[in-house]
Parts: sequence; structure tokens; C-alpha cells
Amino acid sequence: MAAPHFIVHDKADNVGVIVAEEGVKKGQALTGWLMEGDATLSLKASDDIPLGHKIAMRDLKTGETVLKYGHDVGRMVAPAAKGRHVHVHNVKTKRW
Amino acid sequence: MAKTGKTKKSARAVDFLGYRRENGRVGIRNHVLILPLDDLSNAAAEAVANNIKGTLAIPHAYGRLQFGEDLQLHFRTLIGTGANPNVAACVVIGIEPGWTKRVVDGIAKTGKPVLGFAIEGKGDIQTIADASRAAKEFLHWASEIQREPCRIDELWISVKCGESDTTSGLASNPTVGNFIDKLDPLGATTCFGETSELTGAEAVCATRAKDKGVAAKFTATWKAYNAMIERHKTDDLSESQPTKGNIAGGLTTIEEKAFGNLQKIGKKTRFVDVLGPAEEPKKGKGLYFMDTSSAAAECVTLQAAAGFVVHLFPTGQGNVIGNPIEPVIKLTANPKTARTMPEHIDLDVSGLLRREIDLDEAGDRLIDITIRTCNGRLTAAEALGHREFVLTKLYQSA
Repeated sequence: MAAPHFIVHDKADNVGVIVAEEGVKKGQALTGWLMEGDATLSLKASDDIPLGHKIAMRDLKTGETVLKYGHDVGRMVAPAAKGRHVHVHNVKTKRW
Repeated sequence: MAKTGKTKKSARAVDFLGYRRENGRVGIRNHVLILPLDDLSNAAAEAVANNIKGTLAIPHAYGRLQFGEDLQLHFRTLIGTGANPNVAACVVIGIEPGWTKRVVDGIAKTGKPVLGFAIEGKGDIQTIADASRAAKEFLHWASEIQREPCRIDELWISVKCGESDTTSGLASNPTVGNFIDKLDPLGATTCFGETSELTGAEAVCATRAKDKGVAAKFTATWKAYNAMIERHKTDDLSESQPTKGNIAGGLTTIEEKAFGNLQKIGKKTRFVDVLGPAEEPKKGKGLYFMDTSSAAAECVTLQAAAGFVVHLFPTGQGNVIGNPIEPVIKLTANPKTARTMPEHIDLDVSGLLRREIDLDEAGDRLIDITIRTCNGRLTAAEALGHREFVLTKLYQSA
């Protein structure tokens, strides 16, 4: 595949990471790379999302656990529909 | 990505030309160090380094009225820094002779040339003159030492990441992990730290210990650090851990940062012991965990004081850290950082994110740049004069 717009670490993950240097635009059709098992994914961006920031791989509800690397990396404190930006505005740590 | 069919280059040339020291350890730099015992001696130390070109002063902020474990760490860090095999010889300057001698005696155990000078009763000017004459003799002597062939199993390598972002966990930290998985079987001695920054991934990290005893030691160390954070915190540490830079780069929580961080120890290498801050490894070759802060300069200073001679530093947003005695090799997978801050980056692995190279190739490139650095290539941080020598202080002075 050509350079992906986003990468997902693990099959269990419910977020991916935008790796396009210029980021992605709302409404853009994206190609992703699932590293575990080396699969190709597609997704439509529902927000403008910059390089390095996360995108919801499916609809995420408040209180749900965010999974990355196949592990718990925090909890949703606001909902995020599939394709939307996932970051400090809708995710908090479960620690500290 | 693992399917490119590239030939594994596990037998690649990994020997290098280093400086063999009196105690058998191998260095990759040949510094004559001017080491102040305390904050009061910085001016004299810097004056000596200014007088004698090619020597290196490392001023710092502490050394007065410390006590207990904090004082022990101060001495361990200073002695370890002078004892590091990247240092050929050392001049120690302190305000008074007692503690100055303690540092001199500690460094002298390596067998390398070391002399101490105390300021009280003489003043700065006479001390600077005396110490400058000694430093000049050391410099002449050190400058005639030749590099010799050394083996990879004589090399001590530390790792720590900084201003990480999600590209660190995706690519630059796994590149370091690939390096460790390749060099561990060849007998390299390696070290990772950042106790606080494993929070969220601490249980997974514990499974990477070589046995239950080491895992228990790790867990106890992590719990003690976490209890310190709980004791002092006033909020959820957002903006400190993760940092503002981490958050700008897309990292949201400490847990996410921790799993990215842990990629640096590879997929299979197990750690053989848990070290206190600046503690020298004693269990033979292999990977060690060291109890450190996650602040870049503090962590690298402690690793250098434990005897590590070359450092691998993946960055996302572009941490510019260096260390005075331990060369810091910087790699990034963030294409924007590679483009906007190229003078700080020794190895660009952003091709991993574009799928232009695979992890095996990235790891090999990191081995290559590391061996070139060991052979004498100056790192970006060395060329730019980054010499962050930052002592860890455990609590207030008496």
C-alpha cells in the first residue's frame, strides 16, 4: 500500500493515529494500516485531525475504555462518533 | 511490513574503535573533565576549562548541606560521572577539601588520573592556577591515547525518549526496541529508566523482568515513585505528564505515553536487574531498568553516572537534549520534526510511517549510526553544544 493516512497498532484498538504530515480534513476518505496482521483499513474523517492525533475507529460512548497497543490508555469523558478526533477534550487518564 | 523478504543482517559488523580504560571498561570519548563538587566551585571549574582548551567543565546547582540518601546520590552521581569511561582524566574542585577528597577517592578507584583542589584558604585565583596546571598535564597525556578495536559486548548503551508523541510509540521507540533485541544476544549492556512514565504499563513492564524476584523489585520501585507523585500532586498532572509538547503531538494520557515508552525495550529482551539512580550494573551483560525521573536531562545524567557511554534518544516533537560526557543520538519518526528541526536529528525514521522502510531496516540504520558515533562521529547534540548536566535532588537540603 501507499503511505497510509492513519495507523492502528492492534486489532483490539478503538483508536488510530493520523500519520499524514499535513493531517487530515473533515470528510476526507482515509486509508489506514493495521500493524497487527498487516491489514488495510478505510475510514472517513469526521473532523480536521492533525498529525499524531487520534481518530475514533468506531462510535465511542462516555465512560468507555480507550484501547491502544491492545491496552487500556484512558476513559472517554465525552462521546466521539466514528471518524472523530479523540484527545484531551474527550479522554482522561484513569491514573493520578 | 515484516514481509519485505529482506535478508536479516544479524551478523553485521558491530565492533568499534574505543578508548580502553585502566579498569577494563571502554569509552567512546576522551574527555578531561573539570568537575565541581558544589555550586560554589562552578566559577573556578569554568575558569580552568577556559584556560585549558579541550577540557570540559560541567557546572551544576547542588552539593551544599545535602544529607542522607540525597547526599549519597549526589556523591554517587559525581563519582560516577568522573569514573565514566568517556572521561580520560578528571580535576575535581570543591569549596573545602573533605568532600572534594571523597569524590577524588571515588573516581581514583577506576585507576584513571584524578586530582582534587579546594578553594578555602587559597581563593579562586590560586585554585584556578593550580588546577589549570594539573588539567594541562592531564590533557597532554589524554591527547596521546589511541582508539583501539573494541567489541560490541564491551559497549554500555542507555535509552530514554523525550517530547514524545504518538509517532514515538509507532516508530522511533520500536526502532530502539529493535536495536535492543538485536544487540542483547550479542552481549551489549543496556539500560532504560523513567519510572513515572511507565505508569499505566507497569504491569506489562513487570512481565518483562527475567524472573519473579526482579519483577517484584521493579513493582516495588514503581509503587514507591507513584506514592511520591500521589503525595505531592495538586491535580491529575495533565500538562506535566504528559507534557504540553506530548499533548500537542497527540498523546492524551500517561497510560498512552507509557505503552509508547515501553516499545523501547523491544519485543523479547528481558531486564536482568533494577538499579537505583546512578547505580552501576553489577549482574553482568544485559538490559537493566534504572529508577529515574522521566525528565530527559535528569535521566541521562543518572545513566551516564552509572557508566553508560552512548545514549539513544527517540523524540517526537523535538527534544534537543545532550549530555556533557555521554553522546546522545537523536532519532525521530515525526516527519514534521525531521523537516523543521533537522540540525537536531541524527537519524530520521519517518519512512516507517510512510511504509518506505520496515522496522528491521530502521533498527539496522540505528545500529549503523551508533557504531559511527562510537567510532568518533559527533552527534547533533555534541555539535550544537548541548551539555545538560542535571543532578537529581531527592528532597530539600538541611
